[in-house]
Amino acid sequence: MPHRLPPLLERVGRAAVGGVAELGFAASLLGQSLYWLALGRARGQPVRLAPIFAQGMDIGIAALPIITVLAATIGLMLAIQGIYTLKTFGAESRVTLGVALSTVREFSPLITGILVAGRSGSALAARLGTMRINQEIDALTVMGIAPVRFLVVPPLVAMAVLMPLLTLWADLVSLAAAGLYIAAELQTGFAAYADEVLSLLKLNDLMHGLAKSAIFAVLVTIVGVVNGASVSGGAEGVGRMTTRSVVQAISAIVVTDMIFVFMVTR
Amino acid sequence: MNQPPIVVENLNTHYGDRHILKNVSLAVEPGEIFIIMGGSGSGKTTLLNHLLGLLVPTSGTIRILGQDIHAIPALERRKLRTRMGVAFQSGALFSSMSVGDNIALPLREHSNLDETTIGIVTRLKLEVVSLAGFESLMPSELSGGMIKRAALARAIVMDPRLLFCDEPSAGLDPVVASSIDDLILRLRDAMGMSIVVVTHDLESAFKIADRICVLDRGEVLALDTVDAIRRSDNERIQNLLNRRTEEAEIDPDAYLRRLMGEKERSSRFGPDARKGL
Repeated sequence: MPHRLPPLLERVGRAAVGGVAELGFAASLLGQSLYWLALGRARGQPVRLAPIFAQGMDIGIAALPIITVLAATIGLMLAIQGIYTLKTFGAESRVTLGVALSTVREFSPLITGILVAGRSGSALAARLGTMRINQEIDALTVMGIAPVRFLVVPPLVAMAVLMPLLTLWADLVSLAAAGLYIAAELQTGFAAYADEVLSLLKLNDLMHGLAKSAIFAVLVTIVGVVNGASVSGGAEGVGRMTTRSVVQAISAIVVTDMIFVFMVTR
Repeated sequence: MNQPPIVVENLNTHYGDRHILKNVSLAVEPGEIFIIMGGSGSGKTTLLNHLLGLLVPTSGTIRILGQDIHAIPALERRKLRTRMGVAFQSGALFSSMSVGDNIALPLREHSNLDETTIGIVTRLKLEVVSLAGFESLMPSELSGGMIKRAALARAIVMDPRLLFCDEPSAGLDPVVASSIDDLILRLRDAMGMSIVVVTHDLESAFKIADRICVLDRGEVLALDTVDAIRRSDNERIQNLLNRRTEEAEIDPDAYLRRLMGEKERSSRFGPDARKGL
């Protein structure tokens, strides 16, 4: 007969074991996805382009309007805050440096990642969860179709390609919106602002943001899939895991961002 | 060539600590309709999931078309599965695809046929299940009986040697259920495949079965022809056939404890013990 454990300690232990199991599942999904991507054709189950394009339309093109609006808002906000803060030192003219670097290195990848997690990560979790409770994943398995190759690889590839592209678009929109405000507020003109941005930004800054967004793409997809595949308990379970997927994806994005910045900038 | 397409030997399975299937052994003959019958909780769905290779048994072997489904490499198992068709209880049609695309999916994934040929084969299978002209509808636009038919069409699209049907008549009115039974008989006669049907519908079982395997509490209670099962003098089989409920043994102390919301005495592991974690 086992010893009686304090309930709190037992709960912590179970949660820790569950967390490690989920991490292992996520790693295995990523490994299997790369396997099918590399060897699918040789194994007679190629990853097809049509579903990747379909996912790309949904993840990328359909997200453009909202990304545009939010990126422009963030650009304006940074410009307003930048000028307000720098006024304290009489250094408003240096606002472009802060806006350009923080947009390209931090805000664009972050806001794009959060938005895609909310739009597409949650949709992925809900779709897989519904498929699971409807036995559609079992149906794929018994047809001899690998579910990871059929259901996970297309959104993973689409996300990994489109998230950096969306981030690039968010960079442009955000910088342009900030430029309009700065040019009007400081009476310098948009061309001068654009020149300054081009001279200040290095390729390294741009790549820093884009590399992060590619990592966020993998995180959003895998978190969505892990949660979708873990659904149990019918429609309520789908709702619960969809919410969990958004919260976990956004948390993973923010924490990974911090770790990435720590590793790369020191 | 005439070896049994399914051979199960000493299959034992567990969910956690619960022993679900106990030493199940059976063989399905070529071209026969084999019914797995039993009440709720008898383990028939678990047995089906094991035959499909969706669950891993605690012990025992399952040979499908001569291959041990758990011993062969994953690649071989996927190839083997292209020779099996499965119609799930809920149909399990992909809700994001039209009926035609659902049926064409195995062909698109496993063959190099061009789209024209795939279209012809798809419509041919829809004709077989009397759903001609419905290929452009979405699964949500179909009735219960039509979903079962579409699921059967998808299951036979690769001309499998083995067909599995999970509760084909569940949730259907008697006329539609009977038409599904006729369809299963027609499929066997036309394609010569072995068909395993899991059901608790007695009428349907007696109508289509060549042999019936009666499962009870995870054990094979009987495995015989329809007539032999009907004539069986086993009380539990007669209870099942005559829809008689079995009186549970009454333990007044246990009944009182359950009413008081008390747990079993052996359970001393805190409040989470009830969740079976």
